[in-house]
Amino acid sequence: MRYHQAVYEVPLLFEGCESIPDDHEDDLNPNAIPVELLRTSLDLPDLPEREVVKHFTNLSQMNFGVDNGMYPLGSCTMKYNPKICDDISSMDTVAHMHPFQDESTMQGALALMAELEEMLCEIGGIDAVSLQPAAGAQGEYTGMQIVRAFHESRGETRKEVVLPDTAHGTNPASAAMVGYDVLDIPSKDGCVDVDALEKAISDDTAAFMLTNPNTLGLFERDVREIARIVHDAGALLYYDGANLNAIMGKTSPGMMDFDIVHFNLHKTFATPHGGGGPGAGPVGVKRHLEEYLPVPRIVREGDAFALDYDRPKSIGKVKAFYGNFAVLVRAYTYIKMQGGEGLERVSEQAVLNSNYLKDKLKDLFEMPYGDLRKHEFVLSGRSLKKRGLRTMDFAKRLLDHGFHAPTVYFPLIVDEALMVEPTETETKDTLDAFVESCRQILSEDPEIVRTAPHNTARSRIDEVKAARDMILSWKGYQAKNAHANDGQRSSRA
Amino acid sequence: MNRAVMERSECSARMLSELGLSSIDDLFIDIPKEVRTGGLDLPGGMDELELSRHVRHLLSSNKPVSDWLSFLGGGVYYHHIPAAVNSVASRSEFMTSYTPYQSEISQGMLQALFEYQSFMAELTRIDIINSSMYDASTALGEAALMSHRISGGNRFLVSRAISPERLAVARLYAKGADLEIALVDYDKESGLVDTADLDAKMSEDVCGVCFETPNFFGGLETGWKEIREVTGEKTLVIGANPLALALIKPPGEMGADIVYGDAQVLGVPMNLGGPSIGIFGCRSEHLRKMPGRLIGMTEDADGRRSYCMTLQTREQHIRRSKATSNICTNEALLAVAVAAHIAVLGRAGLRSTARRNVQNMSGLAKCIDSIDGFSAPAFDAPHFNEFVVRAPVEIEALNRSLREKRIHGGLAVERWFPELKNCALVATTEMHTSEDHRRLIDGLEAMM
Repeated sequence: MRYHQAVYEVPLLFEGCESIPDDHEDDLNPNAIPVELLRTSLDLPDLPEREVVKHFTNLSQMNFGVDNGMYPLGSCTMKYNPKICDDISSMDTVAHMHPFQDESTMQGALALMAELEEMLCEIGGIDAVSLQPAAGAQGEYTGMQIVRAFHESRGETRKEVVLPDTAHGTNPASAAMVGYDVLDIPSKDGCVDVDALEKAISDDTAAFMLTNPNTLGLFERDVREIARIVHDAGALLYYDGANLNAIMGKTSPGMMDFDIVHFNLHKTFATPHGGGGPGAGPVGVKRHLEEYLPVPRIVREGDAFALDYDRPKSIGKVKAFYGNFAVLVRAYTYIKMQGGEGLERVSEQAVLNSNYLKDKLKDLFEMPYGDLRKHEFVLSGRSLKKRGLRTMDFAKRLLDHGFHAPTVYFPLIVDEALMVEPTETETKDTLDAFVESCRQILSEDPEIVRTAPHNTARSRIDEVKAARDMILSWKGYQAKNAHANDGQRSSRA
Repeated sequence: MNRAVMERSECSARMLSELGLSSIDDLFIDIPKEVRTGGLDLPGGMDELELSRHVRHLLSSNKPVSDWLSFLGGGVYYHHIPAAVNSVASRSEFMTSYTPYQSEISQGMLQALFEYQSFMAELTRIDIINSSMYDASTALGEAALMSHRISGGNRFLVSRAISPERLAVARLYAKGADLEIALVDYDKESGLVDTADLDAKMSEDVCGVCFETPNFFGGLETGWKEIREVTGEKTLVIGANPLALALIKPPGEMGADIVYGDAQVLGVPMNLGGPSIGIFGCRSEHLRKMPGRLIGMTEDADGRRSYCMTLQTREQHIRRSKATSNICTNEALLAVAVAAHIAVLGRAGLRSTARRNVQNMSGLAKCIDSIDGFSAPAFDAPHFNEFVVRAPVEIEALNRSLREKRIHGGLAVERWFPELKNCALVATTEMHTSEDHRRLIDGLEAMM
């Protein structure tokens, strides 16, 4: 019980009382914009800077990041983000670059991006990379568009994308957005059931999407056989790079015969998650798919770099301009910091930490599906039910110990799942402390666990009420209040 | 030395031995030999000092607009960001957190996102704003898909006076859903929507109509009433610049069903075009068809005001292939920056900044127009902070000579709009002084 989060009741900025009068209302040239195009009112607060800074600083103290403590969210790779990467990405030569500048004035940026592409090719075992996608899901989307363009160029209209039931939710959503029907296949012992795959794959299959190691943290040993089945049917094999942190330097998606791969730079390559984003989701392909990558492509012309839009078979653009450049700079800096050997050490330590933690927890929880894990593992909180508790209760109680909770209730094939990914940046002492907290929670009064958390800024939050009330803005809140007050008045009358 | 990972230390050795393993390789025996690679063919790591020198040197050939004078816009703009904005948005509690799945320990991020939704709902005067999309281009793509969900129909009409970057992305998003994007011409005098052409292109199979104000040419749409009428029961999508909205009529009051835009102009550096932050909002009756994450207000077990992610049954992690979008990672940290930016400037600051943009636009257009052979603005609509300039010579030639004076000239638009030969899109914001305008004028006059 070493942790206690700050507890404030911070009013909304709209509720701030101090107001600086607006005394420059009339200095707009009336000829510039006709009066019927002007807005008649703007209801925003006017607060002194001091109040605004206090507001956000206090809010930040009611937020938990990797810098506060261990954040073992499975499949999210919440590793420590080296600060040098932030410093570099906020330099003027990054932050204040306009995307329409002439190529001759952005040579440094193009050189950095070209080298990042090359490094990702080496790590992924692939031939070409586009840095354009803004996030992992957009990488998948780009990949699925490439799949579609590839089949269409061969005069084929394949209708279906197949994926295992352990897949991340973005996989089926991305395939559906590109117009594909999605077919889930059941797993066997936590891995792809090769027989089921063989039955599911047909000449209507456009692609099979796979994460390896998968979301249970198991390495799909039959991956080459899977690739053969998929390729024999004329379909493509897609690699979801969310779990790449486990295998750098040991194997690569290309070596496993994947055709398309996305990288989550905000996971494996340490760019901060920012409470949900920004991230970056570069996509790489084998040579035979390069012509479909988004435009522009960065090309070398003599000593200089240029942006090439002349790619007739390209799928087009998934996002404006060239990608989330400030994120790309962070990832570039991280990879250069680690070097090839460093990245391999990263994966080794991530896998060691995961197996060590799994080993310490195996007497406390059920641990379905095999023994050796990669960067993450999945526990079942099923035994908690005997004490009238659920996995979510346990997760909430962990917050009281200063640990962010693991991913809960995913993957869907494990009852009461707890998905734990410690990452390479936690020390043995921290892992031991996490185990000790788990042990304590499992032996304490179930009522304390059921009503957790107790040491965070808020106690258990009513999500059902949020969905019912649908208060999504200050205006929505005011409307709700006015409605409630009207109700009170009329009931009194 | 690499400091992010501990050296293979005594600790690691102890962990291995507690696992009953003798070597780290024992942890990788599940990876079959035939897919093993023997390490990575990348150079060795660098220490922090070496690394810092290396990247600084690599990027030193860039010519940022903080160094050169720039008149580039076209959807991405150079604005002043108060120091306080960077200060609060780079708090590591915000920066190093994940999506706030565990709401009790993530109230700071959740409230900040709720404040962003609230500010943006007021600026646009639309009922619901989500907590961000990647940028305006993907927000437009999502708007096309959502229009189809609302109104049926497989054609989405878009004003031709739109950013080519945004249009390219919208085309790809549309393709995935087998929608067709059809362009509505602009009026040759005003550069605004040609409502006769719009009327001619309306049909049963149209799902929605989209225009931007200000549009790609910087023009503010004066014909919105007529567009709303012609659009009828179909979905009306309006793109807006949230800084301009401090002054001009919001899209919610023009009858928009969906609004989108880019909030980069409110507190986010240009970053060579990314990350940026897409604004996405809609009227409340369309709420369940909306993409993206929403933050709602609720209470905790002790009755205290609290916030959490809500209405997640629209999203991919619950609904999988039936989700309204695949978006997961968004631009949350930038939404915090935007909320802080709006709060630091406040109502008065936003309005005066917007006014300075309009004043600078008027002043610069007048100066350029007075140069022999030049005319500006080329279109007679009211403008916000950019406008099209017609030049007597090729824009590329002008810009080449401006670069010798360390000036990024306006954006040549002929490659997307062949009819606008020798035309450039010139942007000016509160960052420019009259001296800066003078430098551009001198540069242009020197060419004549």
